[in-house]
Amino acid sequence: MATRYRISFPHIIFIHTRCDQRGSVVLCEMGLSGVRLQPLCVRSLSLTASQNATLESPPARADSTFKVTMVPGDGVGPELMTAVKEVFKSGDVPVEFEEFHLSEVQNMASEEKLNEVLTSMKNNRVAIKGKIHTPMEYKGELASYEMRLRRKLDLFANVVHVNSLPGYSTRHNNLDLVIIREQTEGEYSSLEHESVSGVVECLKIITREKSRRIAKFAFDYATKKGRSKVTAVHKANIMKLGDGLFLQSCAEVAELYPKIKYENIIIDNCCMQLVQNPYQFDVLVMPNLYGNIIDNLAAGLVGGAGVVPGESYSAEYAVFETGARHPFAQAVGRNIANPTAMLLSAANMLRHLNLEYHSNMVSEAVKRVIKQGKVRTADLGGYATSVEFTRAVISNLSA
Amino acid sequence: MAGNAWRSTVSRIMGAVKSQTQPRTFSRGMQTVTIIPGDGIGPEISTSVIKIFEAAKVPIQWEERNVTAIKGPGGKWMIPPEAKESMDKSKIGLKGPLKTPIAAGHPSMNLLLRKTFDLYANVRPCVSIEGYKTPYTDVDLVTIRENTEGEYSGIEHVIVDGVVQSIKLITEEASRRIAEYAFEYARNNQRNSVTAVHKANIMRMSDGLFLRKCREVAENFKDVKFTEMYLDTVCLNMVQDPTQFDVLVMPNLYGDILSDLCAGLIGGLGVTPSGNIGANGVAIFESVHGTAPDIAGMDLANPTALLLSAVMMLRHMGLHGHAKKIETACFDTIRDKKVLTKDLGGNSKCSEFTAEICRRVQDLD
Repeated sequence: MATRYRISFPHIIFIHTRCDQRGSVVLCEMGLSGVRLQPLCVRSLSLTASQNATLESPPARADSTFKVTMVPGDGVGPELMTAVKEVFKSGDVPVEFEEFHLSEVQNMASEEKLNEVLTSMKNNRVAIKGKIHTPMEYKGELASYEMRLRRKLDLFANVVHVNSLPGYSTRHNNLDLVIIREQTEGEYSSLEHESVSGVVECLKIITREKSRRIAKFAFDYATKKGRSKVTAVHKANIMKLGDGLFLQSCAEVAELYPKIKYENIIIDNCCMQLVQNPYQFDVLVMPNLYGNIIDNLAAGLVGGAGVVPGESYSAEYAVFETGARHPFAQAVGRNIANPTAMLLSAANMLRHLNLEYHSNMVSEAVKRVIKQGKVRTADLGGYATSVEFTRAVISNLSA
Repeated sequence: MAGNAWRSTVSRIMGAVKSQTQPRTFSRGMQTVTIIPGDGIGPEISTSVIKIFEAAKVPIQWEERNVTAIKGPGGKWMIPPEAKESMDKSKIGLKGPLKTPIAAGHPSMNLLLRKTFDLYANVRPCVSIEGYKTPYTDVDLVTIRENTEGEYSGIEHVIVDGVVQSIKLITEEASRRIAEYAFEYARNNQRNSVTAVHKANIMRMSDGLFLRKCREVAENFKDVKFTEMYLDTVCLNMVQDPTQFDVLVMPNLYGDILSDLCAGLIGGLGVTPSGNIGANGVAIFESVHGTAPDIAGMDLANPTALLLSAVMMLRHMGLHGHAKKIETACFDTIRDKKVLTKDLGGNSKCSEFTAEICRRVQDLD
């Protein structure tokens, strides 16, 4: 039974207080010292572990399952979520999902729905979601539901883990990159207007505060995971003020972390280097649009959108999803989507919830199936369906 | 700021109205081409290219010019008038790498050239070179990038301390112009499809406008297949299977990134050709690598990029026979691997590499 203080950014990621069966409290602290403690939600230490002390949600069941918000999204999202649910059920994972179907293209989106999802998220603090597709035609609002969700929860950091899968070889093997992308400002500010007929202006906003925040996140993440280098990606030779500010913020934060090497590289050179020699990079940090490009590029290097997990963090919430976010509408109903990315992301979620044993169980099972190579979905060159792959993972769970 | 944008838009529209869009016909006689050797290794590789063209007996007369910026009347920086005159007369140029000035007071030369001749399209064909191994084989695509507006309009302001705003400008006129160029290029070079790369799901108005213009222009070119793809999908698929792409057309920033990505697929900037097409029929072909000051003057440079750009130039001028001859000679030399410069994996000198290509060109006659 665990209760947690979640400490606000920017200094550390977690402090746990664990209360074991005998009721003694063990404090384990991770991160840097000299920290400001600002408990955002105080949870009661009790043996009948109630998940949270707020009045909005009912108390959890006595066997302490964790409640997680689930938003399947569009395209193959629902199929992938089914895979996750089945694997969790077979593995007896103590997680209960609260499902919400929010979708702009299927006309299931409205302000009330969005607010329901937000309330649920605020209670549970952890979510797993698929991609909510953004249609190209817009009615009134320029910001899509996915962007609004991100902004309301202030999910400013998107982390994508690019790891080569053992047993599946691509042109570049043994890759191990982390891509950290600022998710709330930059080119995705949805501030556009037509100043004169035929001339459209789109504003890209860069602020010092958000740039510092993402830079600090990147360095903290690198410190926590034992990484040696952080590279900032930018285009400050052309956008001197905008990306120049981002670069300056990164450099300022880098001085606070003397143990971590800091470099910077221009986006077009970065793309070229990623396809020629990706091993020179370790952790990459960048503003919004470049993040989108590099996420997808790096995902392609290790096997595509079906194998890369990712997550989004705010100071208070964590949302787990795939790394390269595509609804993959062409695959709906055809049972060919690859559940690997979503399952690996679910395993990361379990680790975030401190269910280490279950997390390892799920991720080992997935990796074992891929390594054996007998059951592979179409995007990895095999002939199996999603359901067959999920079944193979389930049968590998107990071993 | 909006006033400047409006004024430059108006001048751009006027320029487009005045420009001729018919292809030039070249006489059987000698055609003049302005050559700008550039800095660093520029002069060596330009000499190589001139030598190879002589060996191939190409009917071209070279006019060498320098484009170091000078301050014109009124205090505005401009390229020397002789250079401008020469280019206006010959309409075709070949440019080596130019040094980026730091603290020289004037803007980069590339930017000046672009503004002076309204070079609106940057074309980069990326073809895998046999003999120069990369993890990606069978790459054969062309990236066409809008070069005048978009994210690189240079319009930025500090709103309050700590908040900066950059403006990305998309106009109907420029989008239409680049789309038309892309389809014409596809038609003239027997390419099957044109793919518009955009992010209209996020930047719904600006990229939406670009996409709408591409769709409209596609209506007039029914013989070329038109598809549209999100930028992130293109990146994802490009590194997994680059053979599915043919001609890509896109606004400025995406073009910059994607064209460098594709250059990386075939081996880097040292072997990638590039051409800039302007209004009024002007075209400047260039090598996109740097000036490499550490090996300048030591006869170690690799002229491949400039040579392939010159071959692109010949094709643009209609001299397909000569273009094929020189290109074959160059690729054969690289494939044989006997005489290669250092960056390609050998240890020959630039002059030896050039001589080898000249020999092959003469043998092919």
